[in-house]
Amino acid sequence: MAAAAKQGGRPETAAPYAIELKRISKSFGPVQANKDIDLRVPRGTIHGIIGENGAGKSTLMSILYGFYKPDAGQILIDGQPITIADSQTAIRAGIGMVFQHFKLVQNFTVLENIILGAEDGALLRPSLSKARDVLKQLAQEYQLNVDPDETIDELSVGHQQRVEILKALYRQADILILDEPTGVLTPAEADHLFRILEGLKAEGKTIILITHKLREIMDITDNVSVMRRGQMVASVKTAETSPEELAELMVGRKVILNVEKAPAAPQAPVLEVRDLKLVDDEGVERLRGIGFDIRAGEILGIAGVSGNGQTQLLELLGGYPEKGATVSGSIRMNGQELDLTGTRSDARTRRERGIGHVPEDRQVEGLIMDFAAWENVAFGYHDQPEYQGGLLMDNARIKADAEKYFEDFDVRPRNTHLAARNFSGGNQQKIVVAREIERNPDLLLIGQPTRGVDIGAIEFIHRRIVELRDAGKAVLLVSVELDEILALSDRIAVMFDGRIMGERLPAETTTGELGLLMAGVTDTENHPASDGIPPEQNHVEDLPKEPR
Amino acid sequence: MDKMPKWADVILTPLISLVLAMAISALVILAIGESPTEALKTMVDGALGSSYGWGFTLYYTTNFIFTGLAVAVAYHASLFNIGGEGQAMLGGLGVALVALALPWPHWGIALPAAMIGAALFGALWALIPAWLQAKRGSHIVITTIMFNFIAAALLNYVLVNILRPVGSMDPASARFPEGAHLPSLADMAAGLGIEWGKNTPVNITFFIAMLACVLVWLLIWRTRLGYEIRAFGRSEPAARYAGINPVRIIVITMLISGALAGLMAINNVMGEAERLVLNAVEGAGFIGIAVALMGRNHPFGVFLAALLFGFLYQGGGELALWTSIPRELIVVIQALVILFTGALDNMVRMPLERIFLSMRKLGNG
Amino acid sequence: MDFPTIIQILDSAVRLMTPLLLACLAGLYSERSGVFDIGLEGKMLMAAFTSASIAFVTGSPWLGLLAGIGGAMLLSLIHGLASITFRGNQLISGVAINFLASGMTVLLGIKIFGLGGRTPALTGGGRFGEITLPFAETLRDVPLLGPIYADLISGHTILVYVAFLCVPLTWWVLFRTRFGLRLRAVGENPASVDTAGVSVTRLRFVAVIIAGVLCGLAGAYLATGLSAGFVKEMTAGRGFIALAALIFAKWRPVSALGATFLFGLLEAIANRYPNLDLGVITIPSMFMNALPYILTVIILAGFVGRAIPPRAGGEPYVKER
Repeated sequence: MAAAAKQGGRPETAAPYAIELKRISKSFGPVQANKDIDLRVPRGTIHGIIGENGAGKSTLMSILYGFYKPDAGQILIDGQPITIADSQTAIRAGIGMVFQHFKLVQNFTVLENIILGAEDGALLRPSLSKARDVLKQLAQEYQLNVDPDETIDELSVGHQQRVEILKALYRQADILILDEPTGVLTPAEADHLFRILEGLKAEGKTIILITHKLREIMDITDNVSVMRRGQMVASVKTAETSPEELAELMVGRKVILNVEKAPAAPQAPVLEVRDLKLVDDEGVERLRGIGFDIRAGEILGIAGVSGNGQTQLLELLGGYPEKGATVSGSIRMNGQELDLTGTRSDARTRRERGIGHVPEDRQVEGLIMDFAAWENVAFGYHDQPEYQGGLLMDNARIKADAEKYFEDFDVRPRNTHLAARNFSGGNQQKIVVAREIERNPDLLLIGQPTRGVDIGAIEFIHRRIVELRDAGKAVLLVSVELDEILALSDRIAVMFDGRIMGERLPAETTTGELGLLMAGVTDTENHPASDGIPPEQNHVEDLPKEPR
Repeated sequence: MDKMPKWADVILTPLISLVLAMAISALVILAIGESPTEALKTMVDGALGSSYGWGFTLYYTTNFIFTGLAVAVAYHASLFNIGGEGQAMLGGLGVALVALALPWPHWGIALPAAMIGAALFGALWALIPAWLQAKRGSHIVITTIMFNFIAAALLNYVLVNILRPVGSMDPASARFPEGAHLPSLADMAAGLGIEWGKNTPVNITFFIAMLACVLVWLLIWRTRLGYEIRAFGRSEPAARYAGINPVRIIVITMLISGALAGLMAINNVMGEAERLVLNAVEGAGFIGIAVALMGRNHPFGVFLAALLFGFLYQGGGELALWTSIPRELIVVIQALVILFTGALDNMVRMPLERIFLSMRKLGNG
Repeated sequence: MDFPTIIQILDSAVRLMTPLLLACLAGLYSERSGVFDIGLEGKMLMAAFTSASIAFVTGSPWLGLLAGIGGAMLLSLIHGLASITFRGNQLISGVAINFLASGMTVLLGIKIFGLGGRTPALTGGGRFGEITLPFAETLRDVPLLGPIYADLISGHTILVYVAFLCVPLTWWVLFRTRFGLRLRAVGENPASVDTAGVSVTRLRFVAVIIAGVLCGLAGAYLATGLSAGFVKEMTAGRGFIALAALIFAKWRPVSALGATFLFGLLEAIANRYPNLDLGVITIPSMFMNALPYILTVIILAGFVGRAIPPRAGGEPYVKER
């Protein structure tokens, strides 16, 4: 065991549970985020906590880390009752936390980040040299190699996460909480992370893994607890459960992700993308020669771990690549070349060409949260001639459209004068989807259509996407949820590191095969799933291959 | 759900802020050994007790409407235009150049020309900070502060070296020709046979200011540009998604804002002084910040807040005249209003929200 | 321009840069912690007033200095309350503080001293005296270095030397101590500090209070060192020039020394040559006065080296859910 982690001075009590929570409750205003939560985590195990977005997992962990005070309930660490008033107390109790969004100072070195808040005295020098030694030890012990003198903004995401883990270990954490740790990792990086976690467990550390990915739970945890709507609905041994059972527990009923749809009847190509490249303002190549077609009457699903260029692809097609980016390649819409630069390359022009776009982040991009719902119904189409009445806007017309959209999409509450922020996630999404679909676009770009959306709305939105396809329109679906991609797509393209690694037909592929593509391992035998597309350069990525 | 009803947000919070600012000012008056009630009485008498007082109050109000609208318009695009002072200074230069350029035959011709000069110069002075913000990401608050100082230096130079009449020691321009003199409200009232506000500076610009309020309201809430300005102000990524060009919005909004600040010069330079002097703006550009904050960036609110500050300004002058309370008291009140409505907004809002939330809970169950 | 003139101008530049340097370092602490401070001007003004008043009443510049620090700190605490505790708009708070100081100093000045906003002139012991460094007179006759030592380096008030010492001290604090590490972190990513169990609120308040102390020094120097008493609006935009210098220096202490020296020099030249005749053109003093602002705009525009402020600057810290 690492020297640093040994000197904690915490008694090695006989209490079987590293963490025990008793009837923890927490509400924010009228929202009950946690209700009577009981949880027991045996020492030296990996414990998964699984649940949908908004199930209350993160709130629970924030309570454990002293960010929130519970309204009621008790926390025991190593059998001892404890009040965790702040993060300092949590750290002293041996709890370390790796947040979903890293809490690192970008222009500090790894070493500076490690000692921040855990310095040994008023001067930095001794702390820095001590940290350097400890880091060396930890690196050897747990395969946690990072250059201590590199600044954070020079590091890859996977390495940044290692720094977060090192931070916790440096603070002699015995209990490590990881919140959605693999969301930003490639499968290879995730595998490496899991090996690190196994190593930590072997040293007697207790690990809590928060995730909504069933596969991870099944692969690595010893026990799993399921949360739903702020409550703990089950705690079971991982070996004694199945993904199906967990999924059912998560959503409260059997998920039917098999969308009923007739086979596609694709016609002429609507969108033809060739050799699309994008370099962002920091010089990073985000898109490295993307090419695909979408024909009228088909849904092309783009699968991939988030951060592999999907966002950049959607933004570029939608007419708003990030500032300072340089782009090249060609996009043809209904046979007409689209401008990639200049004033005719903006989102307004794209809409004129018949491209509708449901953006990945409805709260930041798709809606103006402070605007009334009716105003949002015109958002992006506010310059359409039918909304103009001379010098002024024809608000009556917009309001009439809003009423119609609300009716068609069953948006609740049925009040178009409420600000967008007052609607639930699902209803906000319905407003955006309604706005884009009711315009009857030739091509619909839709990113993460059901992120943070309740089950009922998911089915509704899926049905409308399929209906749009059946009406002979083209759909580009981007989602990190593989199940969603498999259920909706007529063809699947997998993105990795700014490239399309291959195309598959949903009926002829497996999640395993797609997973390999998502990890950057390409076809050895090419399966062209569509014709008329130049073959992608196929080669195996130089991934760090580590022994299993 | 929203935490409190809209009326509370729009009316109650600024009112409470105002009451707090007034209460502290009263304490300050007490602390310097004067009577707050006497002071208030003097102010009300002096500012609102006679048509003479009203004449000054409305004159100041006119200034503050323009600078308040300037801040408010920029604020809708999430731009904090702290450069109203400099833009109004340059607006004055524009007015002076127009007024002195020709022997104007009648104010009816001189006024539109001077308005163009004022708006153009004010807008141009806002253009550089706007362009730097839009294209280079330079913080507009800092650049507009810098431009206030640069404007002062520029004006000083122009007045001393160019516009100063030969033989004059004053850093001021020559007097404007007779045909560029604007009718005062007193003149207009006299024309109707009413004796009102003799020897007061309030002039026809007051009506132009009110018209500006209406036009700004239409612009912000009824036009496509206003829609885009508000959308951009709430979320830049969303604006880009919707095909709104951020550079265009920043530049146009700041041009409008600068033009409004510049238009103030019609009132103080053309309407009152009838020549350009060095310190013509007298801090009205900064009062615009308080006015916009107090008026919740709504033209009607700006009008009311400008009226309030017009009253404070005229009343403050009366205080200095009739009591031993210096007129700087007004600067203190102005500071407190900015502090409470702008920076300590949450201090007022959070308890209010709690009250409304608990009232709703009581109501529900 | 002969050598004694150059020495005189440089000497004058050192005097004029001192308040800029102190205020600039004040802004550095505040902004490095993520709290924008456009209220430097107001704090300095308030400090100038309180220090001159107390120095006049007590006859001690030291008590005046304490009062100056107290006056500036009061405004600092208001700024902290607004921008840290109540997560208000830091820029608006700064604007309010400038007006508060501008109004209160005159209001109180008129009421207390009845001199139209001035304090009575400080005489003799009420001001900080000039310190003659050892051997200044003996070494005066050494060519070149003699006058530099005797006239330029020696002969300033204690606060000038304090200001210059603050530069290496600030550098050391910022880059060599635990407090400095945390201060820089909280201005870049407050969540990193918060999750490490360190209070963001406390750190930022400490930074804002240090800014108050330094503004206090700056104001006291203006009223009891550079001049002899308080005059209405005597800061005359120096707080904003200090802010400009801070941007110019890219929030770094040693560069702050350079930037404030440059701006002090510009002021010294403008004071000495109202119309600087460069043979080909004559530069009016207005231009020299405006030059710091113009230079800052150019720097801000990023045409000459980009000034990137601390990443979390201006943003109140709200814990994420």
